[in-house]
Parts: sequence; structure tokens; C-alpha cells
Amino acid sequence: MSDDTNFSSSRRKFLGGAAVATGALATGKLVHAQAMPDPLITEMQPWQQYLGDGVDARPYGMPSQYEAHVVRRNVPWLTADSVSSVNFTPLHELDGIITPNGLCFERHHAGIAEIDPGMHRLMINGLVDNPLVFTMEDLMRFPRENRTYFLECAANTGMEWRGAQLNGCQFTHGMIHNVVYTGVPLRLLLEEAGVRTNAAWILPEGADASAMTRSIPLEKALDDCLVATHMNGERLRPEQGYPIRLVVPGWEGNMWVKWLRRIEVGDQPWHHREETSKYTDLLEHGEARRFTWVMDAKSVITNPSPQAPITHGPGPTVITGVAWSGRGTIPRVDVTLDGGANWHQARMSGPSLDKSMHRFYYEFNWDGSPLLLQSRAHDSTGYVQPTKEQLREIRGENSIYHNNGIQTWFVDENGQAENVEVG
Amino acid sequence: MKKIAFAAGALLVTTSIVAIAQEAPAPSREGGYGLGRTALPEEIAAWDIDVRPDGVGLPVGSGDVWTGEELFVDYCSVCHGDFGEAVGRWPVLAGGFGTLDGEDPVKTIGSYWPYLSTVWDYVHRAMPYGAAQSLTDDEVYAITAYLLYVNNLVEDDFELSNENFSEVVMPNEQAFFMDDRDAVELPLFSQDPCMTDCAETVEITMRAAVLDVTPDTEEDNAVEEVSAPAEAAPQETAPAGPDPALVAQGEQVFRACAACHQIGEGAVNRVGPHLNGVFGQPVAAHEDFRYSPALRGAGDSGMIWDEETLAGYLADPRGFIRGNRMAFQGLRSEEEIAAVIAYIQATGVSN
Repeated sequence: MSDDTNFSSSRRKFLGGAAVATGALATGKLVHAQAMPDPLITEMQPWQQYLGDGVDARPYGMPSQYEAHVVRRNVPWLTADSVSSVNFTPLHELDGIITPNGLCFERHHAGIAEIDPGMHRLMINGLVDNPLVFTMEDLMRFPRENRTYFLECAANTGMEWRGAQLNGCQFTHGMIHNVVYTGVPLRLLLEEAGVRTNAAWILPEGADASAMTRSIPLEKALDDCLVATHMNGERLRPEQGYPIRLVVPGWEGNMWVKWLRRIEVGDQPWHHREETSKYTDLLEHGEARRFTWVMDAKSVITNPSPQAPITHGPGPTVITGVAWSGRGTIPRVDVTLDGGANWHQARMSGPSLDKSMHRFYYEFNWDGSPLLLQSRAHDSTGYVQPTKEQLREIRGENSIYHNNGIQTWFVDENGQAENVEVG
Repeated sequence: MKKIAFAAGALLVTTSIVAIAQEAPAPSREGGYGLGRTALPEEIAAWDIDVRPDGVGLPVGSGDVWTGEELFVDYCSVCHGDFGEAVGRWPVLAGGFGTLDGEDPVKTIGSYWPYLSTVWDYVHRAMPYGAAQSLTDDEVYAITAYLLYVNNLVEDDFELSNENFSEVVMPNEQAFFMDDRDAVELPLFSQDPCMTDCAETVEITMRAAVLDVTPDTEEDNAVEEVSAPAEAAPQETAPAGPDPALVAQGEQVFRACAACHQIGEGAVNRVGPHLNGVFGQPVAAHEDFRYSPALRGAGDSGMIWDEETLAGYLADPRGFIRGNRMAFQGLRSEEEIAAVIAYIQATGVSN
């Protein structure tokens, strides 16, 4: 907290305990007292005087050097090897609803496949009248659509099932990103091949060294799945499946097969490794749910949070966060400052799109006392984000996947935040 | 959308109105767009390798437990251990029976996987890690048989084939059920929540700081890093090793090797040995790596990895040292070979 910054208000008792500048109470306006002129204003700075880089210095623009700390990060102890691992989106550094392409979390099973689009093919085979092969040029001749969707890994927040573990929303909630996709509806490609009447499932397959496969019901494939070529207006990044990936709106990220090279049509699911050994939810009694595709409604406060403490001291404070649901939109988010005893409706801001991330804000005057912050998402079906305890009562602590419980941050009187659980 | 004129009446329109473009889905066309071409049977056969629980997709073939053990020790044990017990954080493949309802469930092929077809399909499509789809069908049958054996599901004289495949029933098959969240959870989680005075007391019951497993933040150092311009770190010392341009080129070529071999600081053995210190060293010199007898023989006879031997080996791994196990077809161009050798020489710090 800066000593020369004091806030007051005529309508409220002064909360910060610092001196009030003369005249503040008379005018009823916020006053900042500054004893000495600010040299950043009174003295000439180099960038005000000397010339900067020309237009060709940065043919592909990068963020300011002062944002160099805004990066994806991993948790090394989580996995055996970074080639089959995950890193996390720095949610606490972002605002709005769109995730910049270079910050979208990565999950690979055999590293990043680097594929020349001229050497890539998409095959459709199985229960179709005419098995087909498409080049990437062929795909660009189909009608395409633009849709904004979140992609959340089913294991997002998976480390928190047994209690508060990681200090930072990047680590607890960062296996998510939200981008605008441009893609060809999968329906059009399947219609092109002619799906047979006994078809009920598809098996998308990746071209990387893990040859990722998942079984997806044909109904979903024909409904809203896309074969995406672009994200946020530019071609997919290599780590997101360049040249093409499957988009499976609202469903767990593992199904959004990257480096998509083949779609087989069949009459039964394949029960492959990522839908049996992994991505099944082991419950307390030792039995496991399978095919838990939909991502339940969820939210998290991104600021303040352990990596983004309050540094400005008491006074006007902005709480913000994100919310999403695999079942629809987020018309409402509630925020509590006292660990769930009393809730306030947050202010939603930005586009409210189906199966997309939503942004919420809650502005309040912080008195400097400790806070227990939580957010609670309501989705358009009436589903209300449950507490972690409610989830544990049904699922136990062993399920790894689909932890959408309410997150608590403890904020101390200095503004430092910590991942905690309350009861 | 109809334009709204600037008039007093426009104020009646709430500020939250959202202009939604008339959006029609991308249209279907009767009879299709005529794009793409028919996939040839050979092409479908090359890519359609998936196997289902009912055995659809399994090729003709067979393999026994003992053959499987040899293969497993050669190709799999570096990560999964000799008996599927796993090394470090790599997946445990055997045991774990009776743990699924406990505090520390061990989900292995034996204790958890519902279908044997999943094992065959996965080993065939994605293993060995870093050399995917390099095993023959019979080898996959043998490794699958061995994985059944280390899970005590078959005897040591067992031979698995496409004919007896569907007779093997995995013990945990019945423990999976369809997602029932819609019935079990949605009614509970779709009620109007309490907004005020919802709890008398709220206590912190657990804190992440106590566990201290969060990776160290680099943000504390961020300011320093920013104030020191990135350009201001020129290499003052003249490079004494190979040509830096060649090394840079070799780094690109090394991608083909990196699936199995690590090099540089912190490099460890994976499917292949780490390559630190390898340049100038006798062949098969890492004590903690299980080399093939062929490579050990070459080392025993005094072969040293220098530019000449590395070039010969990288051009034709199987021809240069017959009987070695490196699953790599070799590099085609002499330029690539020279570059990757320069990279190995420059990057392979001694451990």
C-alpha cells in the first residue's frame, strides 16, 4: 500500500485509518494528497524523446517486455515427463473472456506434432457409403462457422479433491481456455461420406505419436462439433492441433482430438485407453462412472488470488473471475466475502455465449479485514455450482476428474491470498 | 437488424440489449459438395488400426508370456519396471487389486481396465513411448499376454491369439456404469441457494500453504528480469566446440532422436540412454542403461563414439551394429548427420 494514497467518502466512515486530506469531507470527493511532484510527470522520459522500432521490427507482435511473467506454467511433480504432461493458463493475468492463443494451456500425450498442412490428410471411414480423404485445401471449400467455446480438461482442479493443495488459480483452475474457433461443421463432412443407418458412434483419431482416440456419440457429432482450422482468427497453434482439431462444445477437453487425421464411424463405442483407464470417475465404493462428457457449471475468482494479491490496501477493490458451463450460458454468478455466510450477485460483463467463458466483477470497498472469497456460478439450466463438500458426499475423493466445487481464497489483512477450504 | 434512430425513443431500449446477427448454420447440400476423394482400401488399412472389446479390428496373430517378457524388458521396463510396477511417476501396470475403494486406489490393467482390447489397442497404437507403432502384431500379442501374466490373470504357459482373445474377461469389467449425474446430481444442484445468513460460523479447515507443493513463483524475480534487457546478454567467450550454425541445425535434426534420447542438463535415460558425454566415450558406457548385447559387444571390443562411428551408426543403425535395438531407420543426408553429431558434441555435458 502506498502511503500517499488515501481514500475517503462522505457517506461512509473512513475505514483505512490514515489522515484525510483537507477539504475531502467538504466536497465529498475522493482526494489523493501528493507532497512532491511526480518525476514521471515533471521529467522527460526516454520514450518521449527518442524514436522507437519501425513497423517491420516486429512482424509477428509479442506482448510488452513488462508482461514477460505472463506465461503458461506447469507443476513438475504432477507427471513423469514433460512430453506427456500439462501446463496451465495464467488466468490471474487475464481479463475479458478470450484466452490469447499463446497462453492457452497445453496437454500433450506424445509432445507437439509438427505437421506440414500440405502433408496432412483427414480420412472418414467405417459405416459410411463412401470413405473419403480430404486435404486441408478441400476442407477450406466447405461452408464454415465461427463459434466461441471454452475447452476445459476433465482433470482441471483434480489436484484439489482431497483438500486445498495448490496456491494459485493458474494451477487450480488453469486447464481451461476460451477462444473463437473457425471450423467446418463435422455434420457436413459426415454427410459428404454418407453415414449409414446403423451408425451410432464416431472415433476421432490424432496424427501425433499417441494416436489419440475417443468414442463420441454420433448425435453429438452431428449436432455442434466442428473441425477447426483457426483459433482467434489465426491458424491453430501447433500445440493446439495445427492444422486441424476437433471441437466438442461443452464436453471434456480430452475429446477435442488435436492433429485430427481420421474419423471412423461405427455402431458401438471403442472403449479405448482414454475412456477406460483414464477419464472415468472412480467413486467411493470402487465403481466408476464412464462417459462423463459434459463439463458441469463452474467458476473461480481470478483476482485476487494467491498469485495476484491485493497490493493497493483498503478502499475501492475489484473482484473478478470467470464462469462457464458445458450445458449453456451463465446468467448469474454470486460472490461471498465471508466464506459463504452472505452472498452478493456479481456483475456480468462481456458476451454471454453458449458454452463459452463468462466474465464477472464484484466491486466493493475493502476495509482491510480478512476475507474468505468464493464465487458460485448459476447456468442457464438452473444448475448451481456445488460446494466441494457436496461433491465429496456423492463422489468421494478418488475421482480425479470433474471437480467443479466452489473455490475459497483466504485474503489476509495485507492482501495476501491463500488457497483454503472452509467448513 | 433494424437501425435505431438517434431519438428520445431510443433511450427506451435498455443499454443491455445485444445485437445478434442473424446466424444461420453452415448449409448442407443435397448429395454433398463433391469434395474430397474416395479413400483407397490400402489407405484405410494403414490407418484403421483400432480394436474394440468384441475383437473387431484384431489382426491374426499370437504371442506367449515368455516372448512378451523379453520384449517388455527391452522396450517397456525403462518406464514401467520389469514387472509393471513402474519407475518413478510412470504408470503402474500390474497389481492394485482390492484398492479401488480405499484411500489410495492403484488403477492398473489388472485392477481397473475393463477390457483386454484396450491394452492391445493402446500398446499397438502408442507404445513403446517414443517409438509408436514399431511393434509387430505378434509382439503386441506377446506383450499383452505378459501384462496378463504379471497381473496374475493367466499362467506362465499362456499364449494369446486373435482366436482366444475374447475368452479373457477382465476382473473389473462390471464396475463401470454410465454417467448418472443427470439423475443423481442435477436435482440436488438445481435448487435456489441461500443468499444471506447461510452459516453461523465459517472456519478454515485446510490451507494449501501447509502442504507447500505449489511450484516456486518466478514473479518475485520478474521485475529484475524486465529491467535487465534481454539483448544485454551476449556470449563473451569464443565458442571452442563445433560451428554454432551447425549445432543449431543439429538441434532441429535431434527432434527425431528426442523421443527416445535426452541430452543436456538433467538428461536421464528413457527408451534410449541419455547422450551426455557420449561423444568421445566407449560405446554402451552408461552403467545404468540396459544396452542390447550387440551394443555392449561393440563397446567391449573398444569401439569409441567419434565422428566416424557416429556417422556410420546414424546413417544405418541396424547395418552398422547388427542386432542392436535402436528403433530408428537412420538419417538420410550427410549434412543432417554432421549437424546432429555437432549438436551431440556441443550439448552433451558430462554428467
